[in-house]
Amino acid sequence: MKTQQYDLVVIGGGPAGMAAAVSAYDQGVRSIVILERDKQLGGILNQCIHNGFGLHHFKEELSGPEYAERYIKDVRARDIEVRLESMVLDLNSERIIQLVSPSHGFELIEAKAVILAMGSRERARGGIGTPGTRPAGVLTAGAAQRYVNLEGQRVGENIVILGSGDIGLIMARRLSLEGCKVHACVEIMSEPGGLARNIVQCLQDFDIPLLLSHTVTRIEGKKRIEAVHIAKVDMQMRPIPGTERRVACDTLLLSVGLIPENELSRAAGVELDNRTKGPQVFENLQTSVPGVFACGNVLHIHDLVDHVSDESARAGRAAAAYLSKQTDTAGGDLIALEAGRGLRYTVPQRLHLRPDLEKLDIFFRVTHTAEEQKIIVESGGKQIALFRRVHVAPGEMEKITLPAKVLAEIQPGAKLSLRLEAAL
Amino acid sequence: MYDIAIIGAGIIGASVAYELSRYRLKILWLEKENDVSLGATRANSAIVHAGYDPPAGSRMARLNVEGTRLMPALCEAVDAHYKNTGSLVLAFDERDRSTLRSLKEQGDANGVPGLQVLNREETLAREPALNPDIVGSLYAPSAGIILPWELTLGLAEVAVREGVDLRLRQELQTIRYEADHWKLETQNETYQARRVINAAGQGAEKIHRQATEPAFHLLPTRGEYYLLDKAVDPQVSHVLFQCPGPLGKGILVTPTIHGNTLIGPNAELIEDGEDTSTTYAGLAEVAQKARRSVPNLRFGENIRHFSGVRANREVDDFYIAMHDKGFLDLAAIKSPGLSAAPAIALYARELLEADGLEVQPREGWNGRRKVRRFAERSPEDKAAMVDANPAFGRVICRCQTITEGEILEAIRSPIPPVSIDAIKRRTGAGLGRCQGGFCGPRVLEILSRELGVDPAEILQDKDGSYIVLGDNRPEVRI
Amino acid sequence: MKELICIVCPRGCHLKVDENDDYKVTGHRCARGVLYGYQEMTAPTRVVTSTVVLENAGEERCPVRTSQAVPKAKMFEVIDIVRKLKISAPVSLGQVLVPDIAGSGADLIATRSFSGTGN
Repeated sequence: MKTQQYDLVVIGGGPAGMAAAVSAYDQGVRSIVILERDKQLGGILNQCIHNGFGLHHFKEELSGPEYAERYIKDVRARDIEVRLESMVLDLNSERIIQLVSPSHGFELIEAKAVILAMGSRERARGGIGTPGTRPAGVLTAGAAQRYVNLEGQRVGENIVILGSGDIGLIMARRLSLEGCKVHACVEIMSEPGGLARNIVQCLQDFDIPLLLSHTVTRIEGKKRIEAVHIAKVDMQMRPIPGTERRVACDTLLLSVGLIPENELSRAAGVELDNRTKGPQVFENLQTSVPGVFACGNVLHIHDLVDHVSDESARAGRAAAAYLSKQTDTAGGDLIALEAGRGLRYTVPQRLHLRPDLEKLDIFFRVTHTAEEQKIIVESGGKQIALFRRVHVAPGEMEKITLPAKVLAEIQPGAKLSLRLEAAL
Repeated sequence: MYDIAIIGAGIIGASVAYELSRYRLKILWLEKENDVSLGATRANSAIVHAGYDPPAGSRMARLNVEGTRLMPALCEAVDAHYKNTGSLVLAFDERDRSTLRSLKEQGDANGVPGLQVLNREETLAREPALNPDIVGSLYAPSAGIILPWELTLGLAEVAVREGVDLRLRQELQTIRYEADHWKLETQNETYQARRVINAAGQGAEKIHRQATEPAFHLLPTRGEYYLLDKAVDPQVSHVLFQCPGPLGKGILVTPTIHGNTLIGPNAELIEDGEDTSTTYAGLAEVAQKARRSVPNLRFGENIRHFSGVRANREVDDFYIAMHDKGFLDLAAIKSPGLSAAPAIALYARELLEADGLEVQPREGWNGRRKVRRFAERSPEDKAAMVDANPAFGRVICRCQTITEGEILEAIRSPIPPVSIDAIKRRTGAGLGRCQGGFCGPRVLEILSRELGVDPAEILQDKDGSYIVLGDNRPEVRI
Repeated sequence: MKELICIVCPRGCHLKVDENDDYKVTGHRCARGVLYGYQEMTAPTRVVTSTVVLENAGEERCPVRTSQAVPKAKMFEVIDIVRKLKISAPVSLGQVLVPDIAGSGADLIATRSFSGTGN
């Protein structure tokens, strides 16, 4: 059996993996391989043919394939090895990888550092427990996107969308433009899950009703789906009797959230975060397993690919630093970050407070939509920083940056906690 | 003219077809669906029961215990998974404990091997995730788990390879006896057979009434299940039953062959024997009762819920009877029918022989089958498999690590699959946590390519369950 | 007074546009919001994205978009042209497939490159 050695193995050739590999290369790492299971680089961007990518990163409005192609060019311009149709079967805590591909067969790879960039998967029907029959025509929005955009297939004519995640909203527009009738987008929460711009451009433009605080209570149809039953829900998200109505349809798309693809993270023994469902990481995006880093949707679900690219470039730089032994992650005081009131999680979840740490980027999501808010950062009961926001929403990832002089005020041994409060 | 016609391709029809394929007989096998194992066989608890439940001395007890004894070797022969997990019947109070003692007595009388009443500590030592309030259990070492559809496929593929004439999509409309044979009419064909075996599951009563006098009445009973993700704690390692009591038979919690946790079923009488829908109320009942056994079950990690319909009847027994003119009922095969299936097949042959059927072994009969499963091979084997055929290096289902090579072998198997679910039953693709969300479109593409049909022809499951409607640029002529 | 969510960037500012005061915009956090609010009320535009039939690339479809936003009222007119289009690899990203599509002033461009190696 062949065993190969690389300094850096990047698992996943989507936006995260490409950005990480490019930045590691630019930091001087020369033995890099990207392992991608598909036939091409780009990951999910290839089927995201809609525009809206790159506004932050390139200051241009690009479609998914265009955004991907810029990074593919960056990868190709460097001496970065790319293995396509290559599936990682296992990764252990010693960073030994089992890999299989049609062209190279079954291989073992030993890596000095690994960047996890496998992305996420969609929550399926089982995860939301919608009762009823099990007909064809119930599929995730992402699967429908693949059928329509890549395979050139029609998935149905009369559509209902459950969940108001961005992929579902994008597909509402896409299918409307393809001549389908989208009857409703049904969201169990009292506010939409996707970006505001998608509510406007994908639903309102096509007069598609957004039913907030509603859910699908039953799926009907033995062979192909024939109808869904939709009901209003109460504060505990339980269907309210008497509010149920039947909507005939031949397709139900599920857009009820993404979950980090954590199979390999688990296999490697990486500690996971219950809230993000991704690895717990330090400020340099290293997981609990030394030399294993994580970025992009495998770490936490992003709403903008631009943020994935930025985060992944940081992971690439951190892996390069690790490889050149500049970063001693065991050094400095270990500080835990705490997502306090109004926050669902933080990334990173912990940090090594070293004197040479220049700044700290903290990403988080809020629990509810609110206007005129402040984000209070405390250490040892003392406020050390304050950030203001005009508008926050769970669907939009927030970021704050703590400069060195704020970091200097962190109390060793105390938690670094963040919370949300009304500014008035 | 066939010697025998078997109606129905569930686990019972397949077991009988397999058994009879040993002999020099011309056998017709009719199934109304587009694949085998599409009825109760594909949606049940997938348990091999030890055999302490049926009344001592009953035929059901004998068939259960014998079937369970035969099961490991049969699974091995057709390369179907079998795992001998053992089972525990849990006692929550003193009344339950006395039920355990009578179950043990009954089991001992039935010839169930190795039954043991365990105290609380012994039980918790075996299964740490259990409710600490339990007071004891009945341990049955011979119980196990299988994949019922996989065993059915294994048996059916051997039967077909050995000459049984399986006709899918043949729904029996009328059956009547003419002079010296049975005339069987489906929606578009007419067949003739000397003898008939009625193994039609929910459809068995209707067929029976056409052939002879009413003798039993089916009471379709639906049970709903949860299937939790693998690698989620708490995990259990035995089949865990609750004591039958005034509240009913209880809900079971069991590991599956693939390492998931299966929880269910409740019991609801329904009118339509094919109504396999799930309900809020049924799922809530299952979850609530199951927590009594394992309090920390994480229903948030559910990957699929489903229901199956058991062919229960008016009394707690199978309906197995040889009638005049060579008509054999294998009907009302309720729990523990799956466990009993291997023994029911042997018993059916005895009944047919007693009825005058001459059985002469065929030379060269081979009752074995092999399936190549990439994920279960050693690294060296995996390397060799891909070297010999690069399709084994292309992983299609990432949750279960199923390769294109396995899917291609399934497509070329003795009972060719026509749906994505048929590929799932043959290979395991789509059984994992994303439930085919990722691999479904890829399997569709492979099926469409290999069968040479338009993607719109590919089914999810039964006929009519089309997935896509066709090309979305019909205006463009290519 | 009309309430709009600004879609220029993902922040989604909640704009108020006063039709009776020369479409005066409030609630914006940048100048682009003012422009959007005015345009959305007077002459709304959208970038249209879709796919066209692709030959000779080993893939079924080539993704396309309008090179700039087109009048919202012309969206389906653009789509009608896109649906009848067939192109053949090689295709390069940014390649103009239909100039001035539907008289919108925008070109229809390919948004992905395909080498002509497939069949």
